Amino acid sequence: MNNGCPMNRRCWGIISIGLVVLMTLVGYFYTPYNPSQTAVLLRFQSPSLQHPFGTDHFGRDIFSRVLVGGQVSLILGLISVSLGALVGVLLGLWAGFRGGVWDEVAMRLSDGLQALPIILLALLFATVWQSGVAVILWSIALGNIPVFLRLTRNQVLKIKAQPYLEASRALGASDRRMMFYHILPNLRDALLVQFSLSLAGAILVEASLSYLGVGIQPPQPSWGRMLRDAQSFASLAPWGVLFPGFFIALTVIGFNLLGDSWIHRRYR
Amino acid sequence: MGRYLWQKTVGFALTALLVSVVTFLIIQILPGDPALLVLGTEGSPQAYQELRGELNLDQPAISRFFGWLIGFFQGNWGSSLRYSLPVRDLLQDAIPLSIRLALFAVGLALLIAIPSGMFMATNRHSPLARILSIGTQMGMAIPQFWLGLLLIQFFAVRLTLLPPGGSEGFISLILPVFTLALPRAAVLTRFVHVGLGEALEEDYIRTAKAKGLPRNIVLYKHALRNGAIEVFTVAGLQFAQLLAGTIVVEQVFGLPGVGQLLLNGVLQRDLPLVQTLVMLIVMGILVFNLGFDLGLALLDPRLRYE
Repeated sequence: MNNGCPMNRRCWGIISIGLVVLMTLVGYFYTPYNPSQTAVLLRFQSPSLQHPFGTDHFGRDIFSRVLVGGQVSLILGLISVSLGALVGVLLGLWAGFRGGVWDEVAMRLSDGLQALPIILLALLFATVWQSGVAVILWSIALGNIPVFLRLTRNQVLKIKAQPYLEASRALGASDRRMMFYHILPNLRDALLVQFSLSLAGAILVEASLSYLGVGIQPPQPSWGRMLRDAQSFASLAPWGVLFPGFFIALTVIGFNLLGDSWIHRRYR
Repeated sequence: MGRYLWQKTVGFALTALLVSVVTFLIIQILPGDPALLVLGTEGSPQAYQELRGELNLDQPAISRFFGWLIGFFQGNWGSSLRYSLPVRDLLQDAIPLSIRLALFAVGLALLIAIPSGMFMATNRHSPLARILSIGTQMGMAIPQFWLGLLLIQFFAVRLTLLPPGGSEGFISLILPVFTLALPRAAVLTRFVHVGLGEALEEDYIRTAKAKGLPRNIVLYKHALRNGAIEVFTVAGLQFAQLLAGTIVVEQVFGLPGVGQLLLNGVLQRDLPLVQTLVMLIVMGILVFNLGFDLGLALLDPRLRYE
């Protein structure tokens, strides 16, 4: 990599995420129109000064809906990935540190979970639960456990062989102290990278599920669901398809770039 | 090789068992009473009793699980509740369509990824490499269904060059295959780029260059061959993502494949159908991965001794 590159990636990542977060924050307090206000006479208005992104099949202002539509995606992504990461890291620490049977059991469990793509897991949940937030939350959380488990476990195995751990063991450090005080801090960068990449994945999965109709449900605006609704009218009002998808892509690119920039910082 | 084969096969069997347990737990145990879930609150007591009989709910969960699992591997895939047809009949047309879609997409993704990754690794500073790098970032981030909708807008609605899906033979598969392949191609391009880039810095490459071999021979015969194993490993893993992706893409283009069937099953709470389809898809992924791992180990002896 040339030297200018990591800086660039990081900048672009921060800019995209910053923009999305800013928009979402603004949308929380203020939108030009009420995002659920229907106006039959104003259906399918093309983008204009009054409606920068046009209006949808109910005459709702797409710009206002895009401002609000990111809220659920971002918050849900953050919570579910954190949950998966927490469980994965704890299990990974335990498996890597203890080794033996624990390690074998943890790895087989993670193999099993990994064989189920997150979308399939979500569809399983959606069959038995009401479609909505819970389906997305649990499938993304469960689906992220194996990645974090593996990552943590492999790093722990590497770190465990270091002399400074032997030294702390000789000084009488407890297992818990070694795991959380000596090993975990060394994992920070690798975990941050994975967290960022997982967030990108979570946003994509949530959008896909909402598009399929098993994710976020109608009164609550979400980008994926907006695309589903706009699809039937795409030849009449292509802007309805254009804008929500653009912001999904922007969010995902942002988190991917942030993750990448950390990798490059580490291995430069 | 024998030990490796044995290890992989045991791993495969364990994973398959685990996945079937998870699937069974979610579909049959999580809802409490599956019959009540299917019927909702409007079902009559007779219908309820009939359904309990059909789903074998009077038996304990453990024997239901093994009954289902053994039946599944014997090819007895049960009947759909909503279509009142054996799942096997429903799948007759759906499976070939989905597999064709997936295989074409893998092929196309490799066809795009290998040359562009190679170009990026060998011409780092050219403007085209920059553009390709931006392209891969976008390819990984663009939601697949959005890409599909945009392609339909552009090629089917504006230019009217291609049909927007449907079932008019090969030509109607072009847009879905591209939609499915492009994000995979983006991921693979990165791996070709990074893998080849690393291989090019190895000592044996320097030796090959130093003894005066032509650049192309160094690149194709030495670097690419060694980098290829890694690329194919990743390509194998991408296949799972691809099968999951077909669910979304079939929905976008209205293709009556396995994904479409699964989604209908989910929305209509057709428990036996969903249970069987999820198992089938996951088994497809696992068998593919197993065959793939073994194939790679045949090609590259180093892999057998991990």
